Amino acid sequence: MGLNETEYNLIVRLMGREPSLTELGMFAVMWSEHCGYKYSRPILAYFKEYKKAMEGEGLENAGIVDIGDGLGVVMKVESHNHPSAVEPYQGAATGVGGIIRDIFTMGARPIACLNSLRFGPIEPGQAEPEVVVRNRYLFEHVVAGIGGYGNCVGVPTVAGEVAFHPRYSGNPLVNAMCVGIVKIDEVATAGANGIGNPVIYLGSATGKDGIHGATFASDTLGEDSDAKRPNVQIGDPFAEKLLIEATLEALQTGAVAAIQDMGAAGLTCSTVEMSSKGGVGMVIDLDLVPMREADMSAYELMLSESQERMLAVAHNGREQEIIDVFHKWGVHAVVIGHVTDDGLVTVRRHGEVAAQVTAKHLTDFCPTYSVEPKVPDYHLRAAQFDPSGLPTVDFADALCQLLASPNIADKRHVYRQYDQQVQTQTVLVPGEADAAVLAPRGSKKGLSVKIDGNALHTYFDPYAGGVGAVVEAARNVACTGAKPVAATDGLNFGNPQLPHVYWQFERAVRGIADACDALGTPVVSGNVSFYNESTLGEVLPTPLVGVVGVLERAENRVPGRAGAGLSVGVLSYTKDNRQEGLGASAYAAVVHGVEDGLPVLADLAGEKSLHETLVRLAAEGLAKSAHDVSEGGLAVALAESLAEGTGLAVDLAALSDGLSDAGLLFGEFPGHVVVLTDQGDAVSRAVSAGIQWTVIGSTNPNGDVNIQRGDRTLIATTEKALRAATNNGLDEALMKPVGVVGVQ
Amino acid sequence: MKVAVIQFPGSNCDQDALYSLREDIGVAAEYVWHDSTSLVGFNAVFVPGGFTYGDYLRCGAMAATAPVMDEVRRFAREGRPVVGVCNGFQILCESHILPGALMQNVNQKFLGQDCYLKAINRTSPWTERVEGVVRIPIAHMEGRYVADAETLARLEGDGLVAFRYVSPTGELSEEWNPNGATNAIAGIVNDKGNVLGMMPHPERATRKLLGCDDGLAIMSAFRLLPVN
Repeated sequence: MGLNETEYNLIVRLMGREPSLTELGMFAVMWSEHCGYKYSRPILAYFKEYKKAMEGEGLENAGIVDIGDGLGVVMKVESHNHPSAVEPYQGAATGVGGIIRDIFTMGARPIACLNSLRFGPIEPGQAEPEVVVRNRYLFEHVVAGIGGYGNCVGVPTVAGEVAFHPRYSGNPLVNAMCVGIVKIDEVATAGANGIGNPVIYLGSATGKDGIHGATFASDTLGEDSDAKRPNVQIGDPFAEKLLIEATLEALQTGAVAAIQDMGAAGLTCSTVEMSSKGGVGMVIDLDLVPMREADMSAYELMLSESQERMLAVAHNGREQEIIDVFHKWGVHAVVIGHVTDDGLVTVRRHGEVAAQVTAKHLTDFCPTYSVEPKVPDYHLRAAQFDPSGLPTVDFADALCQLLASPNIADKRHVYRQYDQQVQTQTVLVPGEADAAVLAPRGSKKGLSVKIDGNALHTYFDPYAGGVGAVVEAARNVACTGAKPVAATDGLNFGNPQLPHVYWQFERAVRGIADACDALGTPVVSGNVSFYNESTLGEVLPTPLVGVVGVLERAENRVPGRAGAGLSVGVLSYTKDNRQEGLGASAYAAVVHGVEDGLPVLADLAGEKSLHETLVRLAAEGLAKSAHDVSEGGLAVALAESLAEGTGLAVDLAALSDGLSDAGLLFGEFPGHVVVLTDQGDAVSRAVSAGIQWTVIGSTNPNGDVNIQRGDRTLIATTEKALRAATNNGLDEALMKPVGVVGVQ
Repeated sequence: MKVAVIQFPGSNCDQDALYSLREDIGVAAEYVWHDSTSLVGFNAVFVPGGFTYGDYLRCGAMAATAPVMDEVRRFAREGRPVVGVCNGFQILCESHILPGALMQNVNQKFLGQDCYLKAINRTSPWTERVEGVVRIPIAHMEGRYVADAETLARLEGDGLVAFRYVSPTGELSEEWNPNGATNAIAGIVNDKGNVLGMMPHPERATRKLLGCDDGLAIMSAFRLLPVN
């Protein structure tokens, strides 16, 4: 079940007796890494909000951010990596369902989904043919699963990212994020309260699916992983849609005292966490639980991860109001027990007590572990990387190669499979801007959301990668004109018991925490996923950060591209020229096949000033477009800033700072943003201290793209050629023949 | 004018339709639950998009049997205005209020993107104000319109094709027919012109903030229709 001998002995000591099978199962899931955070809790204390919550009232399902006007934003990211590796469609679909439940269980209406996905290579030659075929299968089915669930449930999928790397073959990463909006004074709580209050089971019937899913999530994928298909849950987005509407309507009655979704560890987690959080106990009778199969044991019922279920506590005497609402929507609602004052979760089945455990033992006594971190040799060697050793190439070809590479290419193949506009609040859709912007009904404000992470950067320098994930997501949000206000993180790593993985984890989290402190974007929620490894190796350390920002007026949103007749300028702070920005860069990897070197560490004070500047430009209507420099460097950012049919002529001499041509074009310097404007002088007056504004050229209607350095032409091409590269890149990568008949 | 927005379990564009009608078009609109047996007091019906009853059977097949659909059928037969969008169009076809069927997109994937439409019929209240090419989003997995040869001949011959998918400059081309619909048909009207079914979402395009208000040309009919 995943418990070791010491942990078992601790359980016996806490209980004063040997646990029953059901009790042991409950401990195993609650003390799994997925629920108990054994290896991560000490490090997560770097996050101030997390530390405060652990020392105080405990964590709510998703953090809340006050955005003014009496409104709060709720958001969280969660991984569904292992289920998706085994059964990609359902794994991804239920990942979306789970994160949506985390949001509406707080009384918030889910208004947007995002996702961040990682797969092994989909192009022949980058992995064994059968691995490429398998990666394509995982990619297509994960995307279909996300769409299949999100589209049906009526929550738009508005932003995300997808990347490919050999280290994800065998263990893809599927992180889903959801954002909701709630009136601050209507936030629901998960803490059970009111002795004698009835406990109500809500939602779909319980079946034998997903038993021990949380334990599965905390193990390593191996040869026998296919046998774990029964551990994967099956999603029913229609049931979820009904559950959303019924839950939000029931909360409006005022009859709900507490509510929590049944996610990982199902009935166990919800009864135990609600009791522990409220400092109370609960008696439940499993005979009353709606079941898909009559012969389910207490063990199966307590550990099933059947989807689309919730647990609520009603104010005594008002349970019928809740039941009536759920019945209107055709959803099960059954009183299965009541709240007690003894702090025990007591579970009855067939008239007998099948389990009786102290709730706090399960939530607060899970042991934590730390590991002596070890700095890996590859990190030390990366400091020696010298970009001048990369051979000279044709820069126009290199730019097209980068734009067409699956990591950088436009992801229309993916986002076209998502309903981006249902709820009619999406005012900037995927492909239009650096982040998605929503205009919630009943408010003038806009919400900008994005999720980001650069695993290659993180691999070579986890601290810089952690910082980078935060500043990149926040910068993307700021590019649309929104002030970044809060963050959520999805931390995907290998086996934390390995010293180098623990080092990656600790450094990355420190980077995220430092960046969030400096930018004033607290981490309000998050998820840790360890043991992301398979027989094909361990994944790149992949911290993902979702950031939400606020536009005072949604109509001031700034897109990522613009047309002809505008000045092209770059906002930046002083560059750290470490390895010319080419360490761990896409240019070195894609064009030269070299993955080495250290990424540039962002300057946090500079970033904050840059974001302030971007917010000001938007509010004053000075920017026609804003797009940040990230993977592929300035050249890629310039290409991506052009509306269809628009060309540009720029001279980069003023930006060179002694860089080589390659560094100037493709160096991945944080804190650089390409702005297209018809008011260049006004922009120069609007920038914050420490930010430079450099006009480098203009856009034209004839579609010619010319990038000069003084009197030398570095790149001469057309917008049409660049657009074809980025728009078709992903489809072409998927179409390349692999040369063998594949197996799935 | 008061519009009934039919709400089934699994409808998910119901709120969008209500909001568009009330805020952007400026008419009264109320939800009518799927088990309702009366449309008394309403002047028009809007069947919104979504995944009614999960659409685990053929899209719209379950919804076509809901109690409220008997009333919608009667409403349509009496010549009163009925519009079905996306899943709503599928439901109108499954209810035999409109002919034909919506099959899976030719690329077998869900399509969420803008498309360009030209009004072919110019006499129905829904199409008479649609000039030139309009940009309207689609979001569906089963939007490829099909019908038997006889029905197609009648639709084309009697001017009942409401909209066709076209290029941004108005030309017919397979490249701009996103789901592979027969004759690039995006929407149809019944022979009296009082019922419109279409896959694209005009209610998602009724305010500039959403990037496009081309849908006003279609949706404004609700404001301009005579109150019956």
